Amino acid sequence: MVATPTVGVLALQGAFESHARALSGLGVDVTEVRTPDQLATVDALIMPGGESTTMSMLLESSGLFDPLAERLDHGLAVLGTCAGMILLADGIEGGRADQRSFAAIDIDVSRNAYGRQIESFEADLTVDGLNGVFPAVFIRAPQITRLGTDVEVLASHEGLPVLCRSGSVLVAAFHPELSGDDRIHRLFLEQVVAGA
Amino acid sequence: MTEQSSSRHTGSQLVKRGLAEMLKGGVIMDVVNAEQAKVAEDAGAVAVMALERVPADIRVDGGVARMSDPEMIEGIQAAVTIPVMAKARIGHFVEAQILQSLGVDYVDESEVLTPADEAHHIDKWAFTVPFVCGATNLGEALRRISEGACMIRSKGEAGTGNVIEAVRHLRSILGDIRKIGQADSAELFDWAKRLQAPVPLVQEIAETGELPVPLFCAGGLATPADAAMAMQLGAQAVFVGSGIFKSADPAPRAKAIVEATTNYEDAAILAKVSRGLGAPMTGIGMDELDVKLADRGW
Repeated sequence: MVATPTVGVLALQGAFESHARALSGLGVDVTEVRTPDQLATVDALIMPGGESTTMSMLLESSGLFDPLAERLDHGLAVLGTCAGMILLADGIEGGRADQRSFAAIDIDVSRNAYGRQIESFEADLTVDGLNGVFPAVFIRAPQITRLGTDVEVLASHEGLPVLCRSGSVLVAAFHPELSGDDRIHRLFLEQVVAGA
Repeated sequence: MTEQSSSRHTGSQLVKRGLAEMLKGGVIMDVVNAEQAKVAEDAGAVAVMALERVPADIRVDGGVARMSDPEMIEGIQAAVTIPVMAKARIGHFVEAQILQSLGVDYVDESEVLTPADEAHHIDKWAFTVPFVCGATNLGEALRRISEGACMIRSKGEAGTGNVIEAVRHLRSILGDIRKIGQADSAELFDWAKRLQAPVPLVQEIAETGELPVPLFCAGGLATPADAAMAMQLGAQAVFVGSGIFKSADPAPRAKAIVEATTNYEDAAILAKVSRGLGAPMTGIGMDELDVKLADRGW
C-alpha cells in the first residue's frame, strides 16, 4: 500500500460528506466516487449509509456496479456502513427482489431490522482493539442474521454482531461517521487499508 | 467475540438528525397511494411523503387541507421499504402525535396544509419522531430549529412547478449564512435581533459556516435541471411533490430527477437524463397565484 492512500467515498447518495470529513481529519486524500473513472483512482473505498435501494439503482445507472464488483474481487479495502454493509453482504432479507449485492463478505443481513425511525437509537459499544466505549448511532439499522466462518466479530450489541471484518472488508451496522469519534475510521486505515 | 454493553437510547437529536444525514443527495417524492409509492421506490427515491392530495390539487380544490387518513399512510408504509414521511398542519400537535403513533419516519410540519395555529408551531422537542419544517429565510429556519426541527427544507412555492421561489428561499438562507460567516462577534447579536432567532444558533453558524441541521429544497421543482440547480445552490437533497405525478410520464421523470440529484455538477449526465421525458407539469406563474403557501409559518 502506498504511503498516503487515496480513499474514495461512494457519493451516489447518503452520508458521504460525514465520512469524507472524518477521513480528511486523519490526513488521507479523499475523493468522491460517482463514476467508474473516479473509482479507478482510489486505493480503498467507503460505502456510506443511505438508502440501499437508491444506491442499487444508481450503481447500475452509473455503470459502477461491474467495475466495483471486480475491484472487490481483487481485494479492494472497503468499509461499508449500514446501507453500505447491506450492499456488501451475501444475502439480503427485506430488500427488493431486484436488489443486487456484491457478496464481498460472507454474511446475510436483514434490512430495517430494528423497526422504523422512532426505534433508531444510540448505544455504547465495546470494540475489539479500542480502549473505552465507542458511541454508536443506529439509524433504521440492518441486523446481521448469518455469519460465515471466516468473519471476525469486532463488536456486538444485544448479542448481535454489529462490526465485522473478513479480509479486506469491514462492515458496520451503525454509523461511525455520525458520532464525532474517528477511531473506527482509523482502525479501517491502519488495519484494513494498510494490510490490503 | 466481545461482550455487548448498554442498550438503546432513542429519540436523541443525533438519532433524529441522523436519518436526515442518510437522505442527503436523494429525492423525497410526494405520493398519494401505494402504487405511486412503488413507482417512487423503483425510481430510486430515498423516501416518500404520504399525502392525500399533491399540492397542485390542494390549490385547485381549495378548502381545508389536513393530515392524511391513517389507513392511507399505513397502506403506503406496507408498500415500500424506504422511509415514509407524512404532513401535519402547522401547530397541530395532535396530528403529529397520531403520525408518531403510526410510526412515520419523519413528520413534515407543513405550510402546504391549512395551519391549525396562527401563532405557535409544534414543540418538536416533545417528540421521538423527527420533524422537518419549511423556511423562506434564515430567521424562520432558526426558529424552527430552536423548536426542535431536525431538518429544514426551503419552502419554495408548492404545487406550482415553478422553481423561482425555491431559488429565492435557498439564496436567502445560504446568502445570510455566508454573510454571518464574515460578521464579527458584536455583529452576531444584531444578526440574531434582525433574524428574530436565538443568539447561540447564530453564533454556531458563524463558527461552522452551515445550518446546524441538514438543508433540503422543496416547492416547485419539476425537472432534472431544477433538482440539479437546487443542489448547486447548496441544498443537500430535494423534495419533489406535484412535479413527478402531475407530469405526463412519472416513472422515467422520477428516475431522471434521482440521477440528476446525484450527478448535479455533471452537465453531460444532466443532458442525458433530461432527454425524452415527455411533458413536465404545466406550472403556474407567481402572478397567477391566489394563495401563497410559503407565507404560512411564523
